[in-house]
Amino acid sequence: MKLRRRQRERLSLGIQYLVFVAIIAAVLVAADWGRLADAFFRVDIIESMFPTIITVALRNTILYTVGAFAFGLVFGTVLALMRLSRVAPYRWVATAYIELFRGLPALLVLFLVGYGIPIAFPEREIPGGVFGSIAIGLGLTAAAYMAETIRAGIQAVPKGQMEAARTLGMSHVTAMRTIVIPQAFRIVIPPLTNELILLTKDSSLAYVLGVTASTIEVTKFGRDMLNDRVNATPLLVAGLAYLVITLPLSQVVRRLELRYAKAR
Amino acid sequence: MTTTPSRPAVEIRDLHKSFGALEVLKGIDFEVGQGEVVCVIGPSGSGKSTLLRCVDLLEEPTAGRIWVNGVEMTDPDVEIDAVRRGIGMVFQSFNLFPHLTVLNNLTVAQRRVLRRGRAEAERIARANLERVGLSDKADAFPAQLSGGQQQRAAIARSLSMEPKLMLFDEPTSALDPELVGDVLTVMRKLAEDGMTMMVVTHEMAFARDVADRVVFMDGGVVVEQGPPQEVLGAPKHERTRAFLARVLDPTRVARLGQPDESPAPPEGPGLPTDGRHIV
Repeated sequence: MKLRRRQRERLSLGIQYLVFVAIIAAVLVAADWGRLADAFFRVDIIESMFPTIITVALRNTILYTVGAFAFGLVFGTVLALMRLSRVAPYRWVATAYIELFRGLPALLVLFLVGYGIPIAFPEREIPGGVFGSIAIGLGLTAAAYMAETIRAGIQAVPKGQMEAARTLGMSHVTAMRTIVIPQAFRIVIPPLTNELILLTKDSSLAYVLGVTASTIEVTKFGRDMLNDRVNATPLLVAGLAYLVITLPLSQVVRRLELRYAKAR
Repeated sequence: MTTTPSRPAVEIRDLHKSFGALEVLKGIDFEVGQGEVVCVIGPSGSGKSTLLRCVDLLEEPTAGRIWVNGVEMTDPDVEIDAVRRGIGMVFQSFNLFPHLTVLNNLTVAQRRVLRRGRAEAERIARANLERVGLSDKADAFPAQLSGGQQQRAAIARSLSMEPKLMLFDEPTSALDPELVGDVLTVMRKLAEDGMTMMVVTHEMAFARDVADRVVFMDGGVVVEQGPPQEVLGAPKHERTRAFLARVLDPTRVARLGQPDESPAPPEGPGLPTDGRHIV
């Protein structure tokens, strides 16, 4: 029997839906829901996690992330400008830094900052204590990634923008600051958001610096509770806590992009 | 840096410009007098845009010297940002700043370069928007304007710096035909107000009606120049005649296949006026 084109399409679509439903059904039937609920959804444990998970853990996660992002953004912008500099040694240093720090695990860099700097400069302390160490430790790696993103953004601004600014009598620096870089940042909002979301999760590495009850963040909090109660429920709650940050973030950025679309 | 009024607005001596092995300008000698409107015409690749960009030092000349209002642009120690304040440049692709409103496009350089206060900068900006017929678009973003409006805004942006010399690099080439007229009207008004202008253009009717002098370039040299009725109406050189025939009657030439067989353009200042070229 030869099927018509529309019949073939309908059949193909029907099979795809069928496969989807079959997989869901298989999981629903096969899983032992009683045991699952017992391991991952104990209401009493969930209740015991509040309000600390919000007031301390989530707050710290956000602080570490914002700190690292701010440090990375500033330092990354400097690196991007160095890569585009007319002074060759600046370009070499920036390129070497970017290649090096993109290749190193964030965990290792955090270690080096947390334990290396105090050894190198025993007289000085990293400003902000644990917070400062984490912001710098994670920011150093983030800066390497952001530098490449920002450089691409600057180069994506049409050459005519710089020319128009210069013909109006602006110096190179003024033209960069008022015309090129503001446009470059609009271009790189989506990839920078990505970096921010990655950093949110990387903030879980803070444990290597030995966080205390007041500096604990979401993942460490979840793991401590896991050990404490011998139950995986805290991990589920910790996972949801991350989504509380990242999902609204995506929304905010979508709004920003729409607003800037008008001014493009 | 004193401006000598007796010197020409633009003075170019033996200008050469190469991009790698390609020599685009092969020895240009050229002047624009104070208050003069000069149109530079010629086939694409003739070097006319490069010549214009050299005047503002957007391209670094390979050899030769350029003075603008008596200041030598080719002096390695020239205070380029200071000299450029006196030169307005209008680009084929407008190059408005897309992240700023039209008003801020006009005030940003006034404030950052001339250090004018916000109120004064906005007053001058609004006066110039009025001049190009865009008073109602001050708060719009460039992307919300038509091509013709964008180009007029770009002209107003240059004028806000109160330049003594305006350079136009094919200002209407990126526009839809029905939008060309508005831009040319603004430019014509500017010329009537006495602005010194150097215009690279394909708009022969504009060159004929507004220019004091027309310069025809081909192959990196000035082939001939003179009053529009001479260069456009009774060109002396074969290359000029062939170019004008191609521009003014393109279908005819395509049919004949060879520019050599094309008829000489009509005598006198009366050029054929098909819709594309009417101001």
